[in-house]
Amino acid sequence: MGRTLAEKVWDDHVVRRAEGEPDLLYIDLHLLHEVTSPQAFDGLRLAGRQVRRTDLTIATEDHNTPTLDIDKPIADPVSRVQLETLRKNAEEFGVRIHSLGDVEQGVVHVVGPQLGLTQPGMTVVCGDSHTSTHGAFGALAFGIGTSQVEHVLATQTLPLAPFRTMAITVEGELPEGVTAKDLILAVITKIGTGGGQGYVLEYRGSAIRSLSMEARMTICNMSIEAGARAGMIAPDRTTFDYLQGRPHAPQGADWDAAVAYWETLATDEDAVFDAEVFIDAAELTPFVTWGTNPGQGAPLGASVPNPADFEDPQERVAAENALKYMGLEAGTPLREVKVDAVFVGSCTNGRIEDLRAAAAVLEGRRIADGVRMLVVPGSVRVALQAVEEGLDKVFTAAGAEWRHAGCSMCLGMNPDQLAPGERCASTSNRNFEGRQGKGGRTHLVSPQVAAATALVGRLAAPSDLPNNVAVEA
Amino acid sequence: MEKFTTHTGRAVPLRRSNVDTDQIIPAHWLKKVTRSGFEDGLFEAWRKDEEFVLNRPERQGASVLVAGPEFGTGSSREHAVWALQNYGFQAVVSSRFADIFRGNSLKNGLLTVVLPQETVERLWELTEADPTVEITVDLEAREVRAEGVTAPFELDDNVRWRLLNGLDDISITLQNEADVSAFEATRPSFKPRTLPAA
Repeated sequence: MGRTLAEKVWDDHVVRRAEGEPDLLYIDLHLLHEVTSPQAFDGLRLAGRQVRRTDLTIATEDHNTPTLDIDKPIADPVSRVQLETLRKNAEEFGVRIHSLGDVEQGVVHVVGPQLGLTQPGMTVVCGDSHTSTHGAFGALAFGIGTSQVEHVLATQTLPLAPFRTMAITVEGELPEGVTAKDLILAVITKIGTGGGQGYVLEYRGSAIRSLSMEARMTICNMSIEAGARAGMIAPDRTTFDYLQGRPHAPQGADWDAAVAYWETLATDEDAVFDAEVFIDAAELTPFVTWGTNPGQGAPLGASVPNPADFEDPQERVAAENALKYMGLEAGTPLREVKVDAVFVGSCTNGRIEDLRAAAAVLEGRRIADGVRMLVVPGSVRVALQAVEEGLDKVFTAAGAEWRHAGCSMCLGMNPDQLAPGERCASTSNRNFEGRQGKGGRTHLVSPQVAAATALVGRLAAPSDLPNNVAVEA
Repeated sequence: MEKFTTHTGRAVPLRRSNVDTDQIIPAHWLKKVTRSGFEDGLFEAWRKDEEFVLNRPERQGASVLVAGPEFGTGSSREHAVWALQNYGFQAVVSSRFADIFRGNSLKNGLLTVVLPQETVERLWELTEADPTVEITVDLEAREVRAEGVTAPFELDDNVRWRLLNGLDDISITLQNEADVSAFEATRPSFKPRTLPAA
């Protein structure tokens, strides 16, 4: 019987397989950031262990870093200690690090791919659940806890429980104005926050194949929001073209050998998935969340649901709690929901294409009075590219704030946070209670919807704007 | 890792589904660089409400958390496990756990037990009717017991063995170092490196 993409990558990394034991897998790339690594390095020190493969390890600073005044000392002393701890650990153990101020600094899941370190057929781990992003290249990439970070640092391997495979097949063409973000939000609402549990998802079908690498990364990024172990997309010409010429992409004969191998990775025709989900791309519309988990979403054209309509008692209670927290009334059209803030950025939607999409909507317009909009590039490289294209000027002319690279308002670990009760349309990945700051209310949206929402002051799509602007999906 | 064999204690019923790791331990707590001192951050936002179950006097000293489905979704932060342990929880019972949280818990000796939702409901009813009711989580017998409840649970043999013996994963892997070296010798030259070749 044939094998799936995920099974091929897994099989190619088995270091040890023994009856009654989990497979021991080799890890090709280990990404580190300041939040989930200090206790792992402490563990190494206590046991007198070294980092086994510093040449397969790289660190960047992202979660705690401010996006303003980055040339000044970090104001929060606890954040400062955490960043300094990473720098000290990197120096002591010989790990390459890109610190605040470095041209390669940025959100860990933006930095890996843009350096060409993320390649098809690799195993990639990081102490961060959004490591699933790297699956867009046909890598098996997943988030791990700090104990596992220490395990990989010490051994470059991980013992891993077996997984099941799920195909998410999206056929057809995405309608104009419908993006990768809308697609993945719709998938999560369809299968639920636990629907992917135990599975590696493989996104396939004509709609997926037609997507850029940036869009594929957005999709794989949020696999974890469906509870999945990982998300993957088979590598193809789009993948190879993205990689060729990047700093760490193979060169010369190595490039040819690599491509020859990468071309063998796609799921075999006779392979069987443990579960399958089908989605018709043509039926998708701009999608937003109304609740406090990413599975609580609906098309922008819908209304806030009535909890009484949920058959499952747990879901009903969850919806009641969510509406209370979000300050929403059942039956309110989502387009009537007013926002205080808009955030464009994060490892989900902080890449150059995302910024271009937001800028295309904002160009020549002003954001609504009383709305605060933050645009935060995913990395310094993304920021430089945006400046070269003049996007920063579009954002500031529209009244948005153009910031330095980092995780920013995706999570409440740095100065960019919502105030209690503030409502935000956010291109990030989690709408959990308090995720963007204590008491903050999050609606997950695409960059296009984020930009249109900033202009209107209520949840909106570009098609709602007067003199409707045409926006590339 | 601490050994886990069997534990008996009073329970906290947490009637919520999709308790994400941002609720278990909010992000601002993650700036700490230690594995201890997270107890005050556990469910920090919800604990501001006096009526929240963890704040009730009858729940003080309880050590078994009985939670709704999809417990531990979201971020991979192991701090969520440390916060539960720092607070005094020894075991968490739910009908479904998020994968990364479950993996983290079992690597730290916090036993996460999967039981059918009907059994979870039964345990909720028991402890809500009488907060002094004790629940036993027996890893050797792979069984949860309480008044009128005997519920077997599944746990992978290898994971159970590691927990019962409090074994350190890294030491076990290092015993197979020769396998790792042999694998490394076969890695293709096109695989990327973060540092120039020495």
